[in-house]
Amino acid sequence: MNTVESIIDAVYQGQRISADAAEILYHNAPLLTLASLADHLRYKKHPNSMITFVVDRNINYTNICISKCKFCAFCRPVTHEEAYVISKDVLDQKIQETLEMGGTQILMQGGLHPDLPFSFYLDLLAHIKKNFSIHIHGFSPPEIEHMSKIAGITFQETIQQLKNAGLDSIPGGGAEILVDQVRSHISPNKCDRKTWLAIMKIAHEIGLPTSATMMFGHIETPSQLVTHLMRIRDLQDQTNGFTAFIPWSFQPDNTHIHVRKVTAWQYLRVLALSRIVLDNISNIQASWVTQGDKIAQLALSFGANDLGSTMIEENVVAATGVHFRLSKEDMIRLIHAAGLKAAQRNCTYDILHWFSK
Amino acid sequence: MILSFKDKQLYSIKDKIESNTRLERQDGIMLYNTHDLIGVGALADYIRRKRHGNKTYFVYNQHINYTNICKNRCLFCAFARNRNEKGAYMYSVDQVRDILIKNKHNHLKEIHMVGGIHPNAPFEYYLDLLKTIRDIRPDVHIKAFTAVEIDHFSTISKLSLPDTIKALKQAGLDMVPGGGSEVMSDRIHQELFPKKIHRSRWAEVMKAVHAEGLTSNATMLYGHIETVEECIDHFIQLRDIQDDTNGFTAFIPLAFHSENTKLSHISPTSAYLDLKTTAIARLMLDNFDHIKAYWVMLGEKLAQIAQTFGADDLDGTIIEEKITHSAGAKSSKGLTREQLVYMIRSAGFEPVERDALYQPVEKNE
Repeated sequence: MNTVESIIDAVYQGQRISADAAEILYHNAPLLTLASLADHLRYKKHPNSMITFVVDRNINYTNICISKCKFCAFCRPVTHEEAYVISKDVLDQKIQETLEMGGTQILMQGGLHPDLPFSFYLDLLAHIKKNFSIHIHGFSPPEIEHMSKIAGITFQETIQQLKNAGLDSIPGGGAEILVDQVRSHISPNKCDRKTWLAIMKIAHEIGLPTSATMMFGHIETPSQLVTHLMRIRDLQDQTNGFTAFIPWSFQPDNTHIHVRKVTAWQYLRVLALSRIVLDNISNIQASWVTQGDKIAQLALSFGANDLGSTMIEENVVAATGVHFRLSKEDMIRLIHAAGLKAAQRNCTYDILHWFSK
Repeated sequence: MILSFKDKQLYSIKDKIESNTRLERQDGIMLYNTHDLIGVGALADYIRRKRHGNKTYFVYNQHINYTNICKNRCLFCAFARNRNEKGAYMYSVDQVRDILIKNKHNHLKEIHMVGGIHPNAPFEYYLDLLKTIRDIRPDVHIKAFTAVEIDHFSTISKLSLPDTIKALKQAGLDMVPGGGSEVMSDRIHQELFPKKIHRSRWAEVMKAVHAEGLTSNATMLYGHIETVEECIDHFIQLRDIQDDTNGFTAFIPLAFHSENTKLSHISPTSAYLDLKTTAIARLMLDNFDHIKAYWVMLGEKLAQIAQTFGADDLDGTIIEEKITHSAGAKSSKGLTREQLVYMIRSAGFEPVERDALYQPVEKNE
């Protein structure tokens, strides 16, 4: 019989958890039981007590977006007075600052702009690569789908051209919950789940590593949340191209979805469950941007082995009125205070520096 | 309890608490030094659930800080002012009356009133504060005046401690808050709060309070210069007093906030230290009924999590917190009753609204 105890025993013994069993844990397992199991699995995957992070900056090349997702507080219509498309001068300055602060990558994402030609994006990549030595983690699947429509070419061709122009890896944004019933409500104009998964599959096949995300805490049911995790796990079985999984909780302020903000309690449950289900993904990131430094530190005992990035700049979550900050120094301090070892990594999880206490 | 401990040393603690064996100093030190936070939490959760099951208490309360003028000037305080300093204030009895009348909340069950050690206010002022509150809110418990203030009153009134406490009680005092002991260590006393009463006097005042039939809380300010050993010794001193008097109701760990203090170089406490302190307090203070997660200092998110690390009480609505917010607290200044209920319920606990003395409040809706 599937009881919490029997499920946990089975996972301890190395068995893969089923969707049904994951849902039982979601509903019934005590928080510290989930934490203990997730922490056990984290150490099985990463036997040392290292916690990594990357120093980077989020650069949003435009906030103009035709997708109009209900959960977004960042996008603006073309004619809006706050609408912008980044200039090369501003872009260069941001990258220069990032490098000066010890940054190794930029996360470059933007809205689905109705008029920019595909060449704009290729040009942006080529320009950065020509002038800077920096890793470009950019263009989530909805952006890639949008570009392929604009260019009238296949996903494969689109990704290949982006890669040739300088794209190094793809962020896992736009996944939200990979269940079309949910997507059609919260982001009806954004790519469906098949497209999201197809683009990630092609990226992995072409040799671009990607991350995967989940935005939860809006209208999804626990069963849909588990389905999301299963779909990520299934694709990873095929491609092994996901470097990391990042669950983060929906921030409802200034958006069109009026729900109560997910509590720290629920965040930590979902984080632990992600580690338990995603037995084939190496890195699980804590989201300090949505949870703050205290819960992010705590997340390191709930299955996370990575604190994501220092995010010298972040605009999308900030647009919902959530303004947590975490400097590199504070990150190192929090890791050490948890009795763990701190290391700066690059986008592909190679260690660049260790930080001693 | 949890299935397995990452740190195998914790099995010895598990054996002790399952057989109701009191934890020793070295047990406490080991609990602080282990990196197995989840294991420590599970041990504390076991005791918490044994005592209180799934219940988490909270109170509809209001804080009143009658003055920030204080002659003690402890290094960790951002609230205190000298008499002529900018921002110094002292409420008149009428002002306190106005605050109460303005906030005539239907559900209010507790007034928490503390203030600085004012150099000139007469004892009558403090008695008048109590009488005024009692007059306007006869149905509300008054939890007021730390041991430090009570010691000061005894000096200015030239009354003995028992007579001072009797006078306060007669004027309306129901309960005494736990502040002012900081960490009961001579070294820390000397370095951070030399003008404040010594730990021996703090204990004497608390024992006198308990002897007069009043209960009190106890606290510990952590996250500054204290060592693990000093924290454990603090717990043991409180536990010893409690063995004598059984007058303490709740223990409240207070996370130090350094902004605008003379110790501003000290980083904020980490979630690990916050939760460990909560859990170890639950485990060491085996003769205390309640361990509080003070959301003002922990932040609302961590306070919610603390419910499974030994805490069974989330304090209350507070309405307007001043002391920790002078030191840079990022939490709200007050919470609604509904927000507190949600924090508790969404973590699977059962909210129990209480009064200052931990008696459940009759549900009136």
